[in-house]
Amino acid sequence: MEKIGVIDYGMGNLHSLGKALERVAGNQRIVISYDPEELIACDRLVLPGVGGVKAAMNELRRLELNQMVVEASRKRPLLGICLGMQVLLDRSEENGGVPALGLIPGDVIRFADPPRDAVERLKVPHMGWNRVRQTRPHAVWAGVPEDSWFYFVHSYHAAPVHAEHVLGSSEYTKVFAAAVARDNIVGFQFHPEKSQSVGLRLLGNFAHWNGESR
Amino acid sequence: MLAKRVIPCLDINAGRVVKGVKFEDLRDAGDPVEVARRYDAQGADELVFLDITASSDDRPTLFKTVEAVASAIFIPLTVGGGVRTCADVRALLSAGADKVSINTSAVLRPDFVTEASDRYGVQCIVVAIDAKRVSKKGQPPRWEIFTHGGRKATGLDAIEWSALMVAKGAGELLVTSMDRDGTKSGYDNELLRAITDAVPVPVIASGGVGTLEHLEQGLSLGGADAVLAASIFHSGQHTVGEAKQYLTRHGVTVRSPAPLAFTI
Repeated sequence: MEKIGVIDYGMGNLHSLGKALERVAGNQRIVISYDPEELIACDRLVLPGVGGVKAAMNELRRLELNQMVVEASRKRPLLGICLGMQVLLDRSEENGGVPALGLIPGDVIRFADPPRDAVERLKVPHMGWNRVRQTRPHAVWAGVPEDSWFYFVHSYHAAPVHAEHVLGSSEYTKVFAAAVARDNIVGFQFHPEKSQSVGLRLLGNFAHWNGESR
Repeated sequence: MLAKRVIPCLDINAGRVVKGVKFEDLRDAGDPVEVARRYDAQGADELVFLDITASSDDRPTLFKTVEAVASAIFIPLTVGGGVRTCADVRALLSAGADKVSINTSAVLRPDFVTEASDRYGVQCIVVAIDAKRVSKKGQPPRWEIFTHGGRKATGLDAIEWSALMVAKGAGELLVTSMDRDGTKSGYDNELLRAITDAVPVPVIASGGVGTLEHLEQGLSLGGADAVLAASIFHSGQHTVGEAKQYLTRHGVTVRSPAPLAFTI
């Protein structure tokens, strides 16, 4: 039986994600764990996470999961969600600047705080439903309509160095990378497990993806 | 562009959805999972559950309800009512809530908001602001924070209090006008505007919706990021879909009903 491993490193509750994966994973088993050996034995891995990047990197290191993620990312489909996507990049400017896993070249930067006198003051965090434009074809987009609505909660966003690593974009004060991809790695800034039926479709596509980038 | 959110609010008592006027004459309004599914199918962007169970002995029932709902629908879920400690916050998040709403406990001890948001992240800490207008006609408007369902004055200025709560770590404010709640005369848009102008976090408008026009006014006049309503949806007067069609016709960006990309 194939397994999808969900990396449980104490950054946010995994209830919804686990339930959503169970719903879409067919007959695969969902393994929620912080044990590197149990996780590396899974066929696909999901790195979730909410909270601050410093705590996230500290926990990944403390649990010896950072090397496991890097190693797993060479061989099998890996999905980062929200903060779990941000740590895939080189570095985040959150918490005074924190080096991250470096699997996708680029930084994670903060949305600019809105000027006090702006006509329409946009708030940070970017919280709620926004549209995602699919900037390049990918297996995970199968059956997901262009410009679908997804649920976001974040104050920082990925800025990949290479345009080909941007999988989808959204607009909030500016156009930013809402989804990233490189080889067998994908990452979503939004929460597919909270994005109703299109979110489940996207998760289901990942759950059955073989890791080929087209 | 970020959509404005439409949020049905469900009162929960002992594991059932109930409706009543000002917490009295409670009548059974169904199974929480069925009601949540119905609003989800209508296009609700989020759901708010308020636990109005009087007895704290019934907390395990609430956790079971939250778990059942969170397993059935895949949109954000906020749960409030009787949240007093970080252990309460953790229990609700573990049961499947995405955000927890803190009310009276924040008034009793503002640092509780900081402790909860430091530990679980600002994105999951909503502070409920229950405000009543205390200025007389002709005076500059002033609102105070009330607790215990609007019965107990605190002397706290609602606008200053809102700013303090954000400084303490609230990621979102749920602003209820205690004057308007249950009146169907519309939100207190002056109150909403004063708070939305004062804080940098999203504000959910609550209290007083009787028509779809009221929803639009909360967003345009009040400047809210999301509109919460109970009775216009529970009574069957309008569906969430109708509310969104109305808002779209009036130039508001809302999430369109989800295509059937995956059958839940």
